[in-house]
Amino acid sequence: MAADLRAQVHTILAEQAMIDADDVTDDQAPADLGIDSMGVVEAIFAIEEAFDIQVPFNANAPGAQGFDISSVGAIVAAVERLVAEQHD
Amino acid sequence: MRRVVITGRGTINALGRDVPSTLAAMRAGRSAIGPLEMRDLDRLTIRIGAQVRDHDEAAIFDRSELALYDRATQFTILSAREAMAEAGLEIASARAERAGVILGTSGGGLTTQDANFRAVYEAGKNRVHPFVVPRLMANAAASHLSMLHNLKGPAFTVSTACASSNHAIAQAVQIIRAGMADVMLTGGAEAMLCFGGVKAWEGLRVMSTDTCRPFCATRSGMVQGEGAGVFVLEDREHALARGATILGEIAGIAMNADAADIVAPSRVGAARAMAGALRDAGLDPRDIGYINAHGTGTTANDRTECAAIREVLGSAADDVAVSSTKSMHGHCIGATGAIELLACLMALTEGVIAPTANWCAADPECDLDVVPNVAREVPVTACLSNAFAFGGMNAVLALVAP
Repeated sequence: MAADLRAQVHTILAEQAMIDADDVTDDQAPADLGIDSMGVVEAIFAIEEAFDIQVPFNANAPGAQGFDISSVGAIVAAVERLVAEQHD
Repeated sequence: MRRVVITGRGTINALGRDVPSTLAAMRAGRSAIGPLEMRDLDRLTIRIGAQVRDHDEAAIFDRSELALYDRATQFTILSAREAMAEAGLEIASARAERAGVILGTSGGGLTTQDANFRAVYEAGKNRVHPFVVPRLMANAAASHLSMLHNLKGPAFTVSTACASSNHAIAQAVQIIRAGMADVMLTGGAEAMLCFGGVKAWEGLRVMSTDTCRPFCATRSGMVQGEGAGVFVLEDREHALARGATILGEIAGIAMNADAADIVAPSRVGAARAMAGALRDAGLDPRDIGYINAHGTGTTANDRTECAAIREVLGSAADDVAVSSTKSMHGHCIGATGAIELLACLMALTEGVIAPTANWCAADPECDLDVVPNVAREVPVTACLSNAFAFGGMNAVLALVAP
């Protein structure tokens, strides 16, 4: 499950950035992938749809609501947490 | 060149059902942002807005009118009635072709669309009211004003998202300057606080869930409002000849495009628009006592707009009062420039600058005099009204006292 989730998040971010999923690594920030702030909003929408979760996120204060977008790895961790919280 | 003056104003918005109550609320720094009341609120994450409350349409309009008047049209008609009354103007048949109307709206009859999509998709109905199309069309409000006030000159509606009203007003100014009309009704209306309208904005992730705090370090985004503002614009000679009271002059306009991004604001585009309005009006940055900011309360807008103001005004930026009345009436989208023009006229005619409400902490990247929370009494002879829309379309008006 954890590996699948990570791969799925990587795929969503890769599609947003229009790059190959193999080129996405956990240590990269969205900006490193070429994803701007509205691109992050679009990726979060895709994540919500893919995992059937609600992601608290306000583009005016990214991260302020507990959804850390500082790196791909942080996003994966946040999605794992939200899936666990919202699907039990 | 023919000069264009304002001789009448009307509004309905969350702050008040007319101009006096709206200005009283602005003077008091009272915010009308509160819990939204609408169907399916539990399916929204954004549950606040600046809603026009206690709007009993059936008590104001008859059955045949309501069949044709979307909420946005209703707001427009009420505002125009007030504006024409203040102007003391009735358009005689002989002058009708010299009078027109240009309005701005973003969503047009969005409430009508929302209700009828519900009817056919959710409720499964196979029949809608015969007047759905004339009720929802974006030009409906302008058409009804033409009929109600005998305006047979240029009449149309412009739509540039959050700059719609300022673009409409700028167009009306141009029509009078060009000699195509002597009197123009102009402004805009928006009634987007329906489930679909709020849901769409929710998706952008830029909306606040608490309140609108423009230029404040703790800001959390924008808050939607609704309403209308309508003004009577006249050729100055026409107004003087009939002894009308002049509230202010629209001395300069500027319109441009960032040609950069569909949602992100541009400092360069905003600065060009403000500089263009000053140039068109023949004003110097030192002349400007007040700027009614676009001030949406998003991080992107507020910082970009403050940088643009500094760029255009230079050292004069340290002395100019800048406020965002969206903190009180919400972001009224296509109507917002019209409602905000009321604050500009209050500054010019009464020497009262409406504050930026809800402000609590300074943002170093918005280091201007943002008139926090308390209205200020100070004579103002010239001011700017900014509108920077999604799509990178900007329209700025420069006004001077009569």
